[in-house]
This record gives sequence, structure tokens and C-alpha cells, in this order.
Amino acid sequence: MGLFILRRLGVMLITAFCLTFIVFFLTNLYPNLEKLAKTQGNFRMTDEAVASWLGDRGYTDPMFVKYGRWLGIAPGWVTESEDGTVTGQCFDIDSAEDDRPTFCGVLQGDWGFSLVFKDEVGSVVATRLGATAKLMGWVLLVMVPLSLLVGVLAGMREGSGLDRSLSTFSIATTATPEYVSGVIFIVIFTSSAVGLQWFKGSATQAVENATFENFTLPVITIALYGMGYIARMTRASMTEVMTAQYIRTARLKGVSFRNIVLKHALRNALIAPFTVIMLQIPWLLNGVVIVETLFNYKGFGWLLVQAAGNNDIELLLAVSVVSVIVVLITQLVSDIGYVFLNPRIRIS
Amino acid sequence: MDPLTWTGPLGQFLDPVTAIVAALFGIAVLVQMALALFGQPAQLITNADGTISISRGTYGQSATVTKWIGLTLLLVLLAYLVIGAFAGPGAAGIIGGISQQLLPVWIALIVTFAVSIAFKSRLGLYGKLFDSTVGMIGFGLVMFWVFAGTMAGLFDMIVTHDSLVQVSGMKNKAPGVPLRGAEEGDYAWYLLGGDNLARDVFSRLFKGAWVVVQIAPLATLFAFMVGITLGLPAGYYGGRLDTLLSFLANLILAFPVILLFYLLVTPEIVATGIPNYMATVLFVFPLIFVAILLNSRYHTQPSIRTPLLAIVLGIMGWIYLSLITSNGNIVSTVDYSIPGLPRAVDLFEIDPAILVVFVSVVFVNAPTVFRIVRGLAMDIKTRDYVAAASTRGEGPWYIMLWEILPNARGPLIVDFCLRIGYTTILLGTLGFFGLGLQSESPDWGTTINSGRRLMAIYPHVAIAPALSLLTLVLGLNLLADGLREESLKD
Repeated sequence: MGLFILRRLGVMLITAFCLTFIVFFLTNLYPNLEKLAKTQGNFRMTDEAVASWLGDRGYTDPMFVKYGRWLGIAPGWVTESEDGTVTGQCFDIDSAEDDRPTFCGVLQGDWGFSLVFKDEVGSVVATRLGATAKLMGWVLLVMVPLSLLVGVLAGMREGSGLDRSLSTFSIATTATPEYVSGVIFIVIFTSSAVGLQWFKGSATQAVENATFENFTLPVITIALYGMGYIARMTRASMTEVMTAQYIRTARLKGVSFRNIVLKHALRNALIAPFTVIMLQIPWLLNGVVIVETLFNYKGFGWLLVQAAGNNDIELLLAVSVVSVIVVLITQLVSDIGYVFLNPRIRIS
Repeated sequence: MDPLTWTGPLGQFLDPVTAIVAALFGIAVLVQMALALFGQPAQLITNADGTISISRGTYGQSATVTKWIGLTLLLVLLAYLVIGAFAGPGAAGIIGGISQQLLPVWIALIVTFAVSIAFKSRLGLYGKLFDSTVGMIGFGLVMFWVFAGTMAGLFDMIVTHDSLVQVSGMKNKAPGVPLRGAEEGDYAWYLLGGDNLARDVFSRLFKGAWVVVQIAPLATLFAFMVGITLGLPAGYYGGRLDTLLSFLANLILAFPVILLFYLLVTPEIVATGIPNYMATVLFVFPLIFVAILLNSRYHTQPSIRTPLLAIVLGIMGWIYLSLITSNGNIVSTVDYSIPGLPRAVDLFEIDPAILVVFVSVVFVNAPTVFRIVRGLAMDIKTRDYVAAASTRGEGPWYIMLWEILPNARGPLIVDFCLRIGYTTILLGTLGFFGLGLQSESPDWGTTINSGRRLMAIYPHVAIAPALSLLTLVLGLNLLADGLREESLKD
């Protein structure tokens, strides 16, 4: 087991390296840098001015050197201008000559400086991640019990009317992406045209002060899309359990249907959905980006859109590192959890 | 001229009927759900004379009632469409107008269903689809959009106005508003209202359907070609090749899709020519696939194989080169360009924006297909018929493509349907973030994006494409469900 986790961690590390390098490569292509120079400097810069602006800031160095700098294994850029002032990646202009570090990268704990938010990347990502964690927490709290309930109820009597209506409901939710259900909810529950002004169409306030009124719609929108898939998996698992030998035995003994479901079937039916729920989390990240944009909730997904839209390289790299870690950790947890939950795998 | 109401004069007597039936249906469904939990189940009763009869219980009775009320509701709703298709917008309001515009689609749907049901015993899996209600509903929804999209996009049928023309005074107008300054021969209403640039929402909806109907299935097909060509050897050989390819697939899957889109579809990246290189690599996979497929089958008969391969690959190569060449160049950046087919023999010009969208959608979908095919290949390669083929002396590629692949078709067909739906969602996501397609493009994602800003006041602009996307994806999901059910039966 220890070896298994170690190997997975190794793969995780390699994946993170490859992914950040791809992001680094794509964001550091010349047309992107040119746009960056023009947005940061001046929109009417000449080509030479752009080249020198980029050269002064170390952007024209070879790709691997730049990537090494970001990681903190290559010395940061230092430029001496014609009038003698020295600027560098790792220090302020007015800092003393002695305490100017050579390396400043992720390994030194320095994630860089966000050009859009004019702040340290580390702190920007941390605050936004907190906001999204709150959103995701509520989503899971709503989504998991509801989808398990729907799945168990549907799978309890395969082919019944209840099963068919709940299955149709789950298929319908998987077929409704967040930008569709979000739009429909906003129209129904917030618009003055329909009249049901129960909730607010914007969740900007919810970052500090989440209320039922401004937080319900974003949570429901994400939860609904993720729900269908988990519910269908739970249903499949439940129908399989309900046809098992020991359920038939329990039935022949005269155990009531309610007791069969609650005491015999439920626990065994919930093993498979656990994996699905864990694997669903990175997938929800997409939904988070869409919903945060739609409801203007300033969290991690909103940050991703801002970073990508403005080619804020260091912020974008931090964002991709975080999302890759989320994806890989949920995969790891689902594998380990599956082994612990399922005695058949544990013994063999 | 007065603005149209939703159901027009027809609604005056049909609307109350619909409301009553719908309310009854809602109550019946709720009662049925409650009875499924707490009601009395069906029981066998032994009668005094020794016969056995079945008591269907309260649940069974409620199910029958629900079914009949549901059917009545369906008939009433159908009446709107049928009467509307003949009476038109004047008598049956907006719904009538829409139904009349869609008349060719209704005819095409009825013909398709009639022919398919008549010959269903001879049509294999496709024919069996018509045994399952869910499958038929799904197929109907999908074909509706396929017919509507094709007719609107290729033949300009259905649409009432030009999807790009702005008519003054029609900005953000509600559905059913008469066209201001309508001349002889103009369609007299904006059936679904006008958007914030005073264009007809109804016409844009169906033009947008064409964008989806064009791109989604093709992109999914390419993703399948890539996934199958790489997934079969990975699953069959295993070992290092499998480790490497699986790592690459997981790498792409670990990317948040939206980040990937932002990185690939921005104008700056397009300027570097990277999407063109990706297109060149990704689009070559169908050629490789077909070449291996034919070669592994006919390599023992060179007299058939050589001309067959030459003709098929010649045609496919030409299409391939036309596909990746635009304006005479395969890749064209500021600094350099790689020349492709000369313009005289270039079969078709693909809009560069659509090509980029296409490439990124294929790129995102291919790894998942790869994983599915790899898993299926690993499972199937242990079967006896594979062992028999290798004892016969068949080569590995023959076994993969002619023994394993046909036996994996069931799950692959089901996944193909689901994946078209997912691709549609991805296309919408791209449009929603304003990536790739031009902002005046009528596709659904872009329209939702432009409509959502004024959603609280003018909901009709965003809600029409949102519901269309919902019905198409729902149809594909139901179709996949029906196919799965029917393919499991044998």
C-alpha cells in the first residue's frame, strides 16, 4: 500500500511538471508576450519598444531558463539599465545590495506577482480558493445526499414508475450544462419578466456574506449537473445489489421490504458511488468556472478566467498547479478509499 | 398589426383544457410516486374456486391512471402543433407560426419514423431502437435538430429572416412582435422576438443548430478515430507503449477543460500556428486507421489491396489536405508559412475560427475515448476467439481491428451518442466564454453569452438557445440509454 501511494505521488509530481511546462510554454509564446507588453506598457508601443520591454524583464531568454526561474532552480533575471539602476526579478529596486536573493521561485515559496491584481500570486490564489471551497462545500452537502437518495429510490424497484421518473430526472440533469440551467434559473427566479423574485441573480456579495438569497442559485446550478451522474451510478449499483442472492434469502425469510433496503442492501450499494463522487470533484471544477462567471462570484474559477483572459502568466501557472493537484489528489483518495471500502479487493 | 400571443385565438378554448389536463397529470404523478413508496404492491390472490388472479394494488391502478392522463396531455399538446402547422400564426399564435415554419421538419420526421418502423426487423441495432420508448423519444429529438439544422443551414428553409440583418426598432422586442416596416414578401413577425442587436432570435436559433449539427458529430468521429487508433495497441500490447500513452492521456485529462480552451483558442495562440500543427497531426489519424484497417484485411491479396489502398487513401488524402489547408497554406504565421494544396485543387475552405474550435474539441475528447477503447481491448483480448485468430496466424493489427473492435462496438456506439452530447456542451462552453467563434456567430453558446447580460429584463434571447441545447443533449442521452438497453438484450 505504501509503495502504491509513493508511486502515485511520483506520477503526480511528473504530471504537475509536464502540465506546468505546457502552460508555461503556451503563455510564453511571442504573440502572448507581445500582448502582455502592450497591456502592461503602452498600446501604441513599436515592435522595438516591445522587444526591449520584454528583454529587460527576462522574457526573451530561452524557455527552459525561464521555466527554471519560475521553479527556483535558475537564478532570477537581473538587468542593469544605461543609467545604472539595477532591476531584478527577486528584489525591489530600492533594496540593499546585500539582501538580494539570487533565486526566487516556487521552491523558495515565491509564486510570483500577479500583473492583473497587482498583488502576490500566493495570497490572491489563497483568498479565491477559500471562496470556492465554501461554494464547493455547500455543493457537496446538497449534491451527495440528494443524488444518493435519488439513486437508491430509483434502484430499489427496477422498472417501476418511480424508477422511470427518477431516471428520467437524472438523465435530464446530466443533459443540462451549468450555463443552461443557470440561465433558466435566473430567468425563473430572479427576472422581473416572470415575477418570481425569490433569489438574487448575482452572488458577488456571497463571498463575504453568503445568504440563502444570494447563494442558493449557484449551489443548486452546480449540484444539479453533477447529481445525475452520481444518481445513475448509485441506481446501477443498487439494482445490482437488489438482485443478489442474500437479498433473495432475506426476502424468503420474510424480512419486510423496508428492512431489506435499509439494513441489507444500502451499505453494499454505496461502495461504488464513493469512487464516482471523488472523481466527480475535479469535473465540478469546470462547473465552478462557468457558475462563478455567470453569477459573478469571485472565487477560483473566476480567477482562472481573469488570469487566462489577461495572460497573467504567473497567476495562470499557480492556478493550473492548484487544479492539477486537486485532480490528482481526488484520484488518489478514490483509489485508496475504494480499497478500504471493498473487502474483496483488500483481501486479494 | 397586433403582436402575436403564444397560442393565438386557438388558445382561447384549448388553453384551459391544457391547464386542467396538465394539473391532473401533475397530481397523478405525485400520487404515483407516493404510492410507490407506501402503497400496496401487486399481489396474487387465490380465489375460492382454485383459480389465481392478480390484484394490481393501489400502485398499479395509479400507474394506469397516470398513463392515460399523460397520453391525453400529449394529444392536447400535439393538437397545438398540428392545428398550428395548418392554420399558421394568425389562428394559432407564436406556437402555430413556429410549427408552420417547421412543417418540412415534421414531414421528414414522420417519413423517417414510418420507414424505420416498417422495416425495423431488417435494420439490426438501429431497428431495435424502435422497440424502446426512451430510445424513440431520444432519436426523435436528435433527428428533429439534425433535420432542422440541415434544412436551415443548407437550404435556408425554416428561417424567417436573415440571421445577421438588424432591423431598426426591433431591439430586444418580445416574442411575436410584428416586423416594423415589413414589406411585401417579408415574414411579418419576429416569432421569438429580437435580440440586443435587433436580429431575429428564431432564425438565429436554427442557423445556430446548423453550426452544432455540423461540428459536434464530426469532431466526435475524429476523436474516436484518434482514440481507437491509439487505444487498441495500448490495450492489446500493454507494456511500455501502454504506460506512455496512458500517461499522456491522463496528462490531458488532468487539465481543466476551460483552461485548455483559453490556452488554445485565443487569437495570440492562433497566430503562432499551433492549432494548425495540431490539426495536421490529429486529422491524419483517420487515414492511418483506414490504411491499417484495409491493409491488415487484404495484405494476403496484393492484387486487391494495392489498388484499393491507392484509391481510398488518394481520396482521403485529398480531403485531408483540403481540410488543413486554408488560403494555400497549411500553417501561416507572420514569420513563415508552410504551403499546402494550391487553391485550384483545394476542395473546401474551412473558416480558421471553426478549425481551431474543431481541433480543441477533438483534442479534449480523444483521451477519454482512448481510455475506454484501451479498457475494452484489455478485456476482449483474453477471449477465445482472439486466441483462435492468433493460432490461425493472423497478425496483431488484424486481431485488433477485425476481431476486437467489432466486438467492442456496443459500448462504443453508446459512448459515441453520449459523447456527441458532451461535445455539444463543450461547443456551448466555448461560445459561453466568447472563445473561438466570432461574436456574431449564431451558435447557441455565443447567443447565450450575449443574451445573459440582459437576462433579467429580456429573458427570451438567452432562454431559446438554452432550451434548444438542453433538448438536443437530452435527446442524445436518451438515445444512448435506449441503445444501451437494446444492445444488452441479446
